[in-house]
Amino acid sequence: MDIFWAFVVGGLICVAGQLLVDLTKLTSARILVFFVVLGCILGGIGVYDRLVDFAGAGATVPLPGFGNLLARGVKRAVDERGLIGVLTGGFTAMAGGVTVAVVFGYLAALVSSPGMKD
Amino acid sequence: MTKHFGNASVRFTNPPSIISTAAIVGPKEGEGPLAKYFDKISADTLFNKDTWEQAESELMRQTIELAIQKAGLTTKDINYIFAGDLLNQNSGSVYGARSLGRPFFGLFGACSAIGMAMALGAMLIDGGFADNVVANASSHFCGAEKTFRFPLELGTQRSPTASWTVTGDGAVLLSSKGEGPFVTAATTGAIVDLDQKDVNHMGAAMAPAAAEVIKAHFDDLGLPHDYYDVIATGDLGIYGKKLTEQLLQDSGFNFCDRLTDCGILIFDKERQDTHAGGSGCGCSASVFAGYFMKKLHSGEINKMLLVPTGALHSVVTIQQGETIPGIAHAVAIERNM
Amino acid sequence: MKEQMYEEMVNAGKPKSAVLQNCARAFLVGGIICAVAQILYNLLMSAGFTRDDTGLLVAAILTVTTILLTALRIYDRVGKFGGAGSFVPITGFANAIAAPAIEHKKEGLVLGVGAKMFLIAGPVIVYGTLASVIVGIIYYFVR
Repeated sequence: MDIFWAFVVGGLICVAGQLLVDLTKLTSARILVFFVVLGCILGGIGVYDRLVDFAGAGATVPLPGFGNLLARGVKRAVDERGLIGVLTGGFTAMAGGVTVAVVFGYLAALVSSPGMKD
Repeated sequence: MTKHFGNASVRFTNPPSIISTAAIVGPKEGEGPLAKYFDKISADTLFNKDTWEQAESELMRQTIELAIQKAGLTTKDINYIFAGDLLNQNSGSVYGARSLGRPFFGLFGACSAIGMAMALGAMLIDGGFADNVVANASSHFCGAEKTFRFPLELGTQRSPTASWTVTGDGAVLLSSKGEGPFVTAATTGAIVDLDQKDVNHMGAAMAPAAAEVIKAHFDDLGLPHDYYDVIATGDLGIYGKKLTEQLLQDSGFNFCDRLTDCGILIFDKERQDTHAGGSGCGCSASVFAGYFMKKLHSGEINKMLLVPTGALHSVVTIQQGETIPGIAHAVAIERNM
Repeated sequence: MKEQMYEEMVNAGKPKSAVLQNCARAFLVGGIICAVAQILYNLLMSAGFTRDDTGLLVAAILTVTTILLTALRIYDRVGKFGGAGSFVPITGFANAIAAPAIEHKKEGLVLGVGAKMFLIAGPVIVYGTLASVIVGIIYYFVR
């Protein structure tokens, strides 16, 4: 059942993104920024975690989930270290994901070349 | 100024002859409806080179050499090369012309380049400053995506009004001697900007410029509206061409079936998923050098007006919120003087 | 105004985006990616990983898979079909890192791969960081 809800909620968040692409003049870069900031704000006020409890990966895998991860990270760091945590929380939370992307993105660039689109 | 007419047109007193043309395209263009009109279709988008930029230069060099060879001339016989492309600092043309060792004028007119090149080349010849001039324009899909849009491997959706940059080159060899077809007149477009900002709808940005230059051409030279068999705009695509048609009709010009567009001709929209159609300097250049020249030679077309259109924005100006300036140049080609 | 009249003319002649079809595809692709993530999550949790580690591992698996598909020139097709369904999930972030790195490697490993890697993903990290700092400051005072 949790797989079903992950599918539905994750799909719906993507539909929201698609509507922004098709119906507004926003570029995809702006939409991604909007989603991350939105997720961070909703995470900050503690709302997003309720969606995560309900939809699991359906809420954590789309980009608002990334924003929520940052919010969760900074709150935890502030709890542990006070104001200093403001400086470390966000980056610490994204460290693993970004490192994986950088390492494998680099390897991909070493071995692969771009190809003609069809 | 006896050769200058009206606001922006010239009529040549010694019309240069097009003694040969060459058109080389990439694989996708080679699967399109005009395949049989091109001299060569490369199966390799990289043209045996390492980068998209080198590929475009190689394509440019090969096409020019082929045009010279088809005319029975050698590179030394060429007095000037006029060439344009879409890459920064005209590097497609510059690096292609590097090994040719001939006097070179690099032009930037975005996709209107072949019109600029042919008009300027014809003026040089008519003025007695040259005997043989190569007018050339090239573009490469991958190089253009990299310069203006996104990396090729990024998962993006193209908007329905977006065009597909043609991988192709058209070279036109103009000469003071020859049997024709002749370049008989030209109208230089001014920059026209009606506040269009959508880089995924360049047809809309260029359509007013195309309409303006066509109107100016007929007004300046006092031509009847049925003078040309074909008026071929550069690469307005399906939606841009409709806008030009509408703008012309609003000004009392009705060309009906005579109006066509190189960007629409080069691809099969349904089968090749190219949305609005082809674009890029190489689009109008290869369609003219390949398709229309064969129609002129066979006599199916006697007189035509080629109107290559260009969107003159840069990535930086668009990010700064600027609009897209459009331009178009009209070049008249006739079988008989 | 000439410009306004022309804008109306342009809008009247514009083809409509196939919004319904695009949304259906985005739903399908985005949904599948999230469902696969949930399956991975369940498997790793039952294998005894902590909640935090599981989250990271799932993200890592999705990222590596996407980058592999990008390097194999497949992910751009997923994106063409799925639209937002492919760029809103974390897989879109991974694709946005790998694609410019691959495209610009001819400009060198430092200024090409190194500098261009964050061409598209950079803004997400910049604004995510800024948002987290603001959230952190507010949280410090209101908690």
